[in-house]
Amino acid sequence: MNQPQAPKSLEAEMKNRIVVLDGAMGTEIQALKLVSADYHGKHFEGLGNDLTGNNDILNLTAPDAIRDVHASYLAAGADIVTTNTFNATTISQADYEMEEYVVEINAEGARLAREACQQVMDADAGRVCWVAGAIGPSNKTTSISPDVNDPGFRAIDFDTIKESYKHAARALLVGGVDLFLIETIFDTLNAKACIFGLEELFEETLERRPMMISGTITDLSGRTLTGQTPEAFWNSVRHADPMTVGLNCSMGAQQLRPYLSELSRVADTFICAYPNAGLPNEFGEYDEAAETTARFVREWAEDGLVNIVGGCCGTTPAHIAAIHEAVAGIAPREIPEREPAMRLSGLEPFTVPA
Amino acid sequence: MSEAGSQFVNIGERTNVTGSARFRELITNGDYDTALEVARQQVENGAQVIDVNMDEGMLDSEAAMVRFLNLIAAEPDISRVPIMIDSSKWSVIEAGLKCVQGKAIVNSISLKEGEEPFLKQARKIRRYGAATVVMAFDEDGQADTADRKFEICARSYKLLTQKAGMRAEDIIFDPNIFAVATGIEEHNEYAIAFIEATKRIRAELPHAHVSGGVSNLSFSFRGNNAVREAMHAAFLYHAIRAGMDMGIVNAGQIMVYDDIPLDLLERIEDVLFNRRDDATDRLLEIADEHCDSGAEAAEKNLEWRDGSVAQRMEYALVHGISDFVIDDTEEARLEAERPLHVIEGPLMAGMNVVGDLFGAGKMFLPQVVKSARVMKQAVAHLTPFMEAEREAAGAAAEPNGKILLATVKGDVHDIGKNIVGVVLQCNNYDVVDLGVMVPAEKILATARDEAVDIIGVSGLITPSLDEMVALAREMKRQEFDLPLLIGGATTSRLHTAVKVAPGYDKAVIHVPDASKAVGVMSNLLSKTARDDYVAQIRDEYAAAREKHAGSGRSSKRQTIEGARANQAPIDWSDFAAPVPSFLGTRVFEVYDLEELRARIDWTPFFRTWELAGKYPDILDDDVVGESARELFDDANEMLDRMIAEAWLTPKAVVGFWPANAVGDDIKLYANADRSEEISVVHTLRQQMMRGNNARPNFALADFVCPADAGAPDYVGGFVVTAGAEIDGIANRFERDNDDYNSILAKALTDRLAEAFAERMHQRVRTELWGYAPDEALSNEELISEDYRGIRPAPGYPACPDHTEKRTLFDLLDAEAATGVELTESFAMWPPSSVSGFYFAHPEARYFGVGKIERDQVEDYAARKGMDVEMMERWLLPNLNYDPAEFEGKNTAE
Repeated sequence: MNQPQAPKSLEAEMKNRIVVLDGAMGTEIQALKLVSADYHGKHFEGLGNDLTGNNDILNLTAPDAIRDVHASYLAAGADIVTTNTFNATTISQADYEMEEYVVEINAEGARLAREACQQVMDADAGRVCWVAGAIGPSNKTTSISPDVNDPGFRAIDFDTIKESYKHAARALLVGGVDLFLIETIFDTLNAKACIFGLEELFEETLERRPMMISGTITDLSGRTLTGQTPEAFWNSVRHADPMTVGLNCSMGAQQLRPYLSELSRVADTFICAYPNAGLPNEFGEYDEAAETTARFVREWAEDGLVNIVGGCCGTTPAHIAAIHEAVAGIAPREIPEREPAMRLSGLEPFTVPA
Repeated sequence: MSEAGSQFVNIGERTNVTGSARFRELITNGDYDTALEVARQQVENGAQVIDVNMDEGMLDSEAAMVRFLNLIAAEPDISRVPIMIDSSKWSVIEAGLKCVQGKAIVNSISLKEGEEPFLKQARKIRRYGAATVVMAFDEDGQADTADRKFEICARSYKLLTQKAGMRAEDIIFDPNIFAVATGIEEHNEYAIAFIEATKRIRAELPHAHVSGGVSNLSFSFRGNNAVREAMHAAFLYHAIRAGMDMGIVNAGQIMVYDDIPLDLLERIEDVLFNRRDDATDRLLEIADEHCDSGAEAAEKNLEWRDGSVAQRMEYALVHGISDFVIDDTEEARLEAERPLHVIEGPLMAGMNVVGDLFGAGKMFLPQVVKSARVMKQAVAHLTPFMEAEREAAGAAAEPNGKILLATVKGDVHDIGKNIVGVVLQCNNYDVVDLGVMVPAEKILATARDEAVDIIGVSGLITPSLDEMVALAREMKRQEFDLPLLIGGATTSRLHTAVKVAPGYDKAVIHVPDASKAVGVMSNLLSKTARDDYVAQIRDEYAAAREKHAGSGRSSKRQTIEGARANQAPIDWSDFAAPVPSFLGTRVFEVYDLEELRARIDWTPFFRTWELAGKYPDILDDDVVGESARELFDDANEMLDRMIAEAWLTPKAVVGFWPANAVGDDIKLYANADRSEEISVVHTLRQQMMRGNNARPNFALADFVCPADAGAPDYVGGFVVTAGAEIDGIANRFERDNDDYNSILAKALTDRLAEAFAERMHQRVRTELWGYAPDEALSNEELISEDYRGIRPAPGYPACPDHTEKRTLFDLLDAEAATGVELTESFAMWPPSSVSGFYFAHPEARYFGVGKIERDQVEDYAARKGMDVEMMERWLLPNLNYDPAEFEGKNTAE
């Protein structure tokens, strides 16, 4: 099997130091104050669909802007950049009737991140950077109903969503990603379908890439939207043998801590966590200062909870620079040894000692 | 139990159609609600994993598995435990694996068909992320001796860990528990063989687990549960010591080993360990002495009646049972210090449970409405006592104030509103409750007539938000000065501040829940505090609006000239219009309800009740099927009565007129010679941007031959109503505190009106206009509109201007013909009425006008002879601009 060079050394790197992931793409795009015409670009000039807000399409219509965002995170000290492909599945792009461009969006997304990394590595021979192909959860959920009054309804089934993830992942793979980042998982069954699709893809292409799996906690109940505790979540995805498991989005670093701590205790793999810039204010905006976020992240690092840290909603290159500085020199978390046991889960974990 | 026993994993076995006759019956009868209760009970009884098996010949096992697992997923108190997906069919297992987010256990795979399928299945299980049970079964059959059991398990272990990438700790061996004491000598060693094999597996196959289906063991004592339970307990005691760490057992019926009567235990252990040749006979000898009656469970249905009165009331509310409510309420009243305390105590507590279950998606709307019926009946029983109490307290009991409550038009949710009503009544406010689906005009008229102090509206579905916005604007238009309270699940403070409050220049206040209602009321009714309070809220909302401003955006439209240049490209050169069988109007005085009943489109009926799904599939739906069937039965029962007792008198009027299009207008003529113009129908045109060669920008006028093309053409119009009697019928139910039947009658009458419109349209096509005389469509095809011609209604997307309904009604003289009247906002009364135009051109199609620009509004207003501001009011939802802003800009310039 063809194991690419870069991720191998990432694993080695994670044993030496805490690695830094990039921050939010959305915040940076918002700052560009793009208008409808920018989203359409030359590529889709005159197309009737309203593409405003379809950030992933910018890989095709404003590639320089996206490459610049990657470059600004790399300049801030990120080791890993994530592709601008969070919604680049046929399911999510259906909102904009842009399903047919999914392959292009992903392949270009990978290429732009790759180019940004290459520029940095060419300029500084001492640096190694990695590209993580981002796969968002999509706007559909396989294990709960979108309609609270009709809990048996499913907007999508396992096989359909699996194919959609696999389709996107294939283009990311061709585009040259080093890793896959299954992120912002609110429904573990979606993530399981994604894992299943990636495994099929790896088998078909004979190309394998490490997986990073990142769940999201809905609120202070400390559970995913579909009701799982962090440990139950880990039990549900452990079969993927992911390079990292972790949490992102949903809360600021301060509020995320107890759940990250639980996951860190139970997961016998590397931990990657990238919080939002605090809790959203009344209007859904994140306004935690870079230094504040960095201070909480440093506390995680000092307590040995993490191997990779970065930022989610509301974070900027300033946050990543602050986080990079804050964790420098702090020893990474060591992977705990766990007794072999059958670790099952429903919404809660259930362990049968071996 | 021993220390080993404390780690023994109980797998619930009752949700297994092969093992439980009751569960099989529930599933084959489609009673998934009760089936779910079985699962819940098992978890409550301590099952740490639940086994689900749907292998029954008469069942679509795959579908049943998916349905049950999806249902379980919506029940957090069941789905907290892992699931064991149990089937002898791989397809059923795989279907199940696609429904569980947790890490499940597959039960089971084996070497029965050889190594290749075994490994293939194992690899898939790994990919789905599950653990698996492996049966001691190979190409030669099921293992019955200890040696063969171990041999097969060892071979499986090696294949799974070395070739399928399975972790050893995720393997559970089932070395087959077979029935003992069957009278067949070869069976006597079965218990020992299992225990011996278990010891070897645990010793030699590291980290693997051992499980088994315990109830098989006592198969020959079917009917004697006491002996069976004792046999299970004794067997488990020994098997667990040998290393069995999981077992499929009835979690509610595990007997404690030490509680087994000694004489029975001795004889059971003789059987298990094959200690004497006459062991089976000796166990049989005393089996009858230990037989229990088994009759305890018979009266299960009324078990809930044994609880305390509060528990009974909660149960009745949650389950919508009104049979005992008066007795229970009376009992609670006698226990309580004041009748009010019954409402504040057990009734409110029960309704809170209902609210929670509804919010969690565990109850559906029809059930909740039934709960409300129980609540209302209880309150109705208490009301005279509360009034008597008030009178006894003397004249001081003047109410604190009077509030009108209503659920807005289009919304049937009133639980929250009912609770608010009850809370306010408890605090000595006079409540005028208009019920559900109340149009704005009724709210405002009643507010005037009843001289209320405050209006409170509620809604749960999103369209209700627009209703509230419209109500606020209407209050301003009608120069009301009463405070408006906004509540209900979809409402928010921000929405109220940004969308509702600006429409009305008096107090508009969002009330997040019932507990806040009293505070808001007393502030608003206090002479001293009122002004400050209102000003403070106004400032808060203004601040919220300011903060929110700037996030709005609208999408670009093209000019009306541009849109007209892209009208529907219909070639009129060889056009010859079909001629209607009559011109002018024809009235249909009475219509057979039975004929309409057959044409009911049931899907929207279920949607009214928030049951999503297409009829008839919805009746078998995984989740809502049960609710849907119950509702469907109730509906048909009511329809039977409606027809038998002639509740309604449906009426219709249909008309056709010579017509030609002139620009975006359609001119109607009195006669075929087109000399006398009698009316003009004004149509609106889509203004969305279209790419090159994309769809046209439609207007209804496009479907009528233009005057300058020269050919004669026609348009039609209609009004149908299911009958004005519905109001009285619904009121009668409401007087009996029966909202359920009231809503049901209204919803059915709506459906009959729609069916009537559909039926008349069919007659127009085949007979009255007659342009498609040979059309033969099934009811399904009719519902999906697979026919030529359209019947767009004013107020709907193709024709969003409600005021055109006036034109239509005048043309048809509809008020006189059918008794249907138009309200001031052009809503039809009775509400179960449908109106519209008929267009016959083959290219005629439904479309949505969507958002339009000011240039078209100005042009349209001029054509209609109305002023622009008035036009904007009627077209508000369709404006692609804010008229207030527009005005502001104009004056500023």
